[in-house]
Amino acid sequence: MTTLTAKWRGGLVYAGVVAVVAYCLAPFYWMLVSSLRRTGDIFDTSLVPSPLSFENYRAVFDPAQGFGRALFNSLVVAGITTVLALVLATFTAYAMARLEFRGKRLILTLIIATSMFPVVSIVVPLLKLFTDIGWINTYRSMIVPSMSFALPLAVWNLTTFFRQMPDELEHAAMVDGCTRGQAFRKVIVPLAAPGIFTTAIITFIAAWNEFLIALSMTNRPGMQTATVAISKFTGATTYETPFGSQMAAGVLVTVPLVVMVLLFQRRIVAGLTAGAAK
Amino acid sequence: MTEAPAQSEAPTPAGPPVRRGRASAGAGRLAALLVSPTLLVLTVVVLYPTLMALKESLYGAKGLDPATGFISDTEPFVGLGNYAEIFGDAGARFWNAFWNTTFFTVVTVGLETVIGVAMALIMHKAFKGRGLVRAGILVPWAVPTAISGLLWRWIFNSDGVANALLGQQILWTTEGVHAKVAVIVAEVWKTAPFIGLLVLAGLQVIPTEVYEAARMDGARAARRFWHITLPLVKPALLVAVLFRCMDALRMFDLPYILVGAQKHSVETLSMLAQNEASNVRFGPASAYAVILFLYVFLIALAFVRLLGADLVGGGRAGRRRRTEVTA
Repeated sequence: MTTLTAKWRGGLVYAGVVAVVAYCLAPFYWMLVSSLRRTGDIFDTSLVPSPLSFENYRAVFDPAQGFGRALFNSLVVAGITTVLALVLATFTAYAMARLEFRGKRLILTLIIATSMFPVVSIVVPLLKLFTDIGWINTYRSMIVPSMSFALPLAVWNLTTFFRQMPDELEHAAMVDGCTRGQAFRKVIVPLAAPGIFTTAIITFIAAWNEFLIALSMTNRPGMQTATVAISKFTGATTYETPFGSQMAAGVLVTVPLVVMVLLFQRRIVAGLTAGAAK
Repeated sequence: MTEAPAQSEAPTPAGPPVRRGRASAGAGRLAALLVSPTLLVLTVVVLYPTLMALKESLYGAKGLDPATGFISDTEPFVGLGNYAEIFGDAGARFWNAFWNTTFFTVVTVGLETVIGVAMALIMHKAFKGRGLVRAGILVPWAVPTAISGLLWRWIFNSDGVANALLGQQILWTTEGVHAKVAVIVAEVWKTAPFIGLLVLAGLQVIPTEVYEAARMDGARAARRFWHITLPLVKPALLVAVLFRCMDALRMFDLPYILVGAQKHSVETLSMLAQNEASNVRFGPASAYAVILFLYVFLIALAFVRLLGADLVGGGRAGRRRRTEVTA
């Protein structure tokens, strides 16, 4: 009797697992399937595209769409934002995790509070400022506002990673004659490398996915980032939304992220949940 | 507000207590050196624009000055005129956006919490295939919101798969209640797994002895959930819900792409502010931005005060559960 209930319970759990995975993947799968249909079959509802067609992918890379350029813009903006945020955040997070000083809790709370800030509240005044000083359609007009969410995110994640490392390592290095700076450079940073790397991925994804800033700060197609460019894809006629090529472009923008996420899932989960389960 | 490193810690059930570095005069100076670049950048990119928005919200648009009849090149000072306008003539559009924002936040965060907790309970029970679930659950999180907007726009197309599955002919992305439904479905899809992850992390640090003791005392599954699981994951859940609320209150990408700009049924405060700014009406746009900022601030404050959500994890509830996630 007990084995039967145990079996039932096991079955239920796996039904649940299947449901969760289906919930998460079904819409993404639909994007993939739709991107592989021919334009004529786009309204098909079969689960597997037949015949398989890469027509939409060719349409995406049609030079007229300028999608390659948009991907490059995204890479530049998200890349520079990530590097800047990480450099600043490494120092700050070290102080937050390793040093005792007055006002620490207040400062950390303030930094985290800025990450909850509505982005539009800084986009509106910065849009006016950047219009006045001629920064519209530049990379810096997107990178500077992006720091407002990237930097707190990086500080928070790194602080948690630094806190998890035992104090003794650093003390041992200092006993052996290292200064605090040397101990930081030669012991802490190399050991924290996985944490720094995870933080880099999470920050990069946040910056890569940004839409509101990029939409507001650019009006020239050549400077748009990928997320903005896709939302403005046009079809052969104005009345026709090019769903196929939009889905194909969506797959292209998402797949690098999904691959990164799958490769580093364990670390990313640890990073994302760092705040909640300290 | 500085806390001494090891004061009055409750005995830690999970792992040995963690010690931190000691305070010293040198540490203070070093800390100032290390922290100031970050604070400087945040001052420039967050504090300064916020003050600018406050000032800007007191100015009107360039153009014909009704008093003199001249076209002015500078923006006239209008005092609280923009705010008076918002709560007066432009009130209908503002209150609509305000209620949309609030409605989306309450409904999506509510649904996400229920679905997220259910997901976490399932994942916690599953041993085989946990890696697969975790990988799957990160996919919606990794998809850019803008792309997810397009994806759901395609799913909710009049000839799309949603109508095919439901056997209906609903024009989801046109004005009306169904547009709200579409936005909610898309938002919940993307963010419920995130809550699931955070709650799972909270579940994993509950010692199994607690459950065994309860089971021996004859507590049934439902009772164990209400009286043990829920109170123990509450800190993790509160932080997750707080973050989700803040995020939902500034919702922009999804309704903007899924339904479109200036759509009455889905326009949020962020969309309203952005729309005014992109039409070079910086005064009213700033006023909307300031109001949204205050709204977000008040909700965050209420969370921390009323529910005791512990952000920094320095409080006792937070410190008790300092173990790495071992999924």
